[in-house]
Amino acid sequence: MPIQPKRTKLLRLAASHAILILFTIVALFPIWQVAHISFRPGNQLLSTSFEFIPANATVDNYVKLFTERDFLRWIGNSAFVSLVVTLTGVAFASMAGYGFSRFRFLGRKLGLLSLLTTQMFPATMLLLPMYIMLIKLGLINTYLGIVIVYSATALPFCIWTMKGYYDTIPTSLEEAARIDGCSQFMAFYTIILPLAAPALVIKALFSFMTAWSEYIVAAQILQETLLWTLPIGLKSFESTMSTEWGLYGAASLVVMLPVVVLFLALSRWLVSGLTLGSVKG
Amino acid sequence: MRQQRSFIAFLVVPSFVLLAAVVFYPFFYNVLLAFGNMNLNRIREWELIGIRQFVKIFTEPTEPGFYAIFGKTIIWTVANVFFHVVIGVILALLLNQNLKGKAIYRTLLILPWAIPQYIVALTWRGMFNYEYGSINLILTRYLNLPAVEWLRSPTEAFIACILTNVWLGFPFMMVVALGALQSIPHELYEAAEIDGATWWHRLRTITLPLIRPVMIPAITLGTVWTFNNLNIVWLVSNGGEPSDNTHILVSFVYKAAFNFYSFSYAAALSLVIFLILFAFSMFFMKQSKATEPAY
Repeated sequence: MPIQPKRTKLLRLAASHAILILFTIVALFPIWQVAHISFRPGNQLLSTSFEFIPANATVDNYVKLFTERDFLRWIGNSAFVSLVVTLTGVAFASMAGYGFSRFRFLGRKLGLLSLLTTQMFPATMLLLPMYIMLIKLGLINTYLGIVIVYSATALPFCIWTMKGYYDTIPTSLEEAARIDGCSQFMAFYTIILPLAAPALVIKALFSFMTAWSEYIVAAQILQETLLWTLPIGLKSFESTMSTEWGLYGAASLVVMLPVVVLFLALSRWLVSGLTLGSVKG
Repeated sequence: MRQQRSFIAFLVVPSFVLLAAVVFYPFFYNVLLAFGNMNLNRIREWELIGIRQFVKIFTEPTEPGFYAIFGKTIIWTVANVFFHVVIGVILALLLNQNLKGKAIYRTLLILPWAIPQYIVALTWRGMFNYEYGSINLILTRYLNLPAVEWLRSPTEAFIACILTNVWLGFPFMMVVALGALQSIPHELYEAAEIDGATWWHRLRTITLPLIRPVMIPAITLGTVWTFNNLNIVWLVSNGGEPSDNTHILVSFVYKAAFNFYSFSYAAALSLVIFLILFAFSMFFMKQSKATEPAY
């Protein structure tokens, strides 16, 4: 083995750190910006200074956000919609994924192919027909309407990746349980489902984040201020004549905090949970 | 046997009923709409008028026209996916060595992926502000460059959208590449080193070919996601500003549908976009044979 001179090795190490630090700064910069704006006092919102912590930092924006605006209401609305979408997504995907993984039946291949095909739909392809349907059914400005649209977007991907995860669990487990007298349902429910828990958690996270962070659909379906979810609320700070940057910054930070924490806590399983289905089938 | 059949039905039928209602039915409704003349004034009394909407898409010299927007969409997609993959793979390679603080770098570097896209878009829009945005402040104050009219001129606004999307997209490719790198057996590198292979040689003959099977589906998925990414373009350019010059296909359809209420025209264009993507994915997957074991 050719021995690398120590200097080359050190140089490479230094270069690696330099590049990583550079990209870390780039990755953190916008987040720091948002935090910075949120703690600025009202007369310095358009400040052009780059101090790490703003001068005269204050929590005024946060107080104003929670007391003078409908922020709490938006949080409630978003949490409600997201939870319903998550529960529907996980329940349906855990069952359908198992069916696709374990059994051969008429329409299976077609079903799988169409699940994959939905990923190529441009957003408007489902949104527009559904929007017209919702108008005709009188479901514009209702949570039922938005839950239907969100589930439709998240479900195909969830089923597809759940199927991929079930495929990695050996069938001998159910067979053994069946010999011991377990019914098919009990074998699925008591043995396989707990084993698939990691994938279910990822599906839950994915569905939750889809609903929690969605602006485009919500903007069309929830037009009444009382029904607004967080994304529409936050956008409203920006769309008035002069942007309320302080409120926007504070709200963004509060909104992203739970998602980011959740995301980081689960990030180890994220990729296997998302890509296993598409990569290994 | 009968018991098994009812069990399968129990598992699959609920999802299929739901999918039929919220995916398949809208899909066929969209196809139908595409051949009709529905708009806001004709929601109930619309009729089928054949391929007129498609003719309009491909021939009518609207401003901006289909071909210009399609071209822009391709630039958007290629530029984004290219930088996502290149930055992602480079960072993954760096993180895949014995490095102090590896876990911290990794955690901080995936943050852009964790933040809701609309917040990313609105925040970057603020950062691109001409007078107060931090990008121009950095350019003028530290790099001695002239300030750029990011959001007011077409090319710059489009570049602003791409920069935003590159920022939020590289962590996904990084994490995928890192996973692939970690599954390469170490012995291969040791053997190569004994044979005197250089770093570049090892990269080309071991690393890249072995992460390929994982990267290809991720790239396909990334391409489709980017092509269809409405959030960033819509929110960074505030609906295609300046004067509808920053649109990619999906944002243009969204505008046609929900700002101009030309429902049938939008449905036809949606269908065209879908067919483009479908053809691309089939071709790409077949070429790379990456999903063969998928069924």
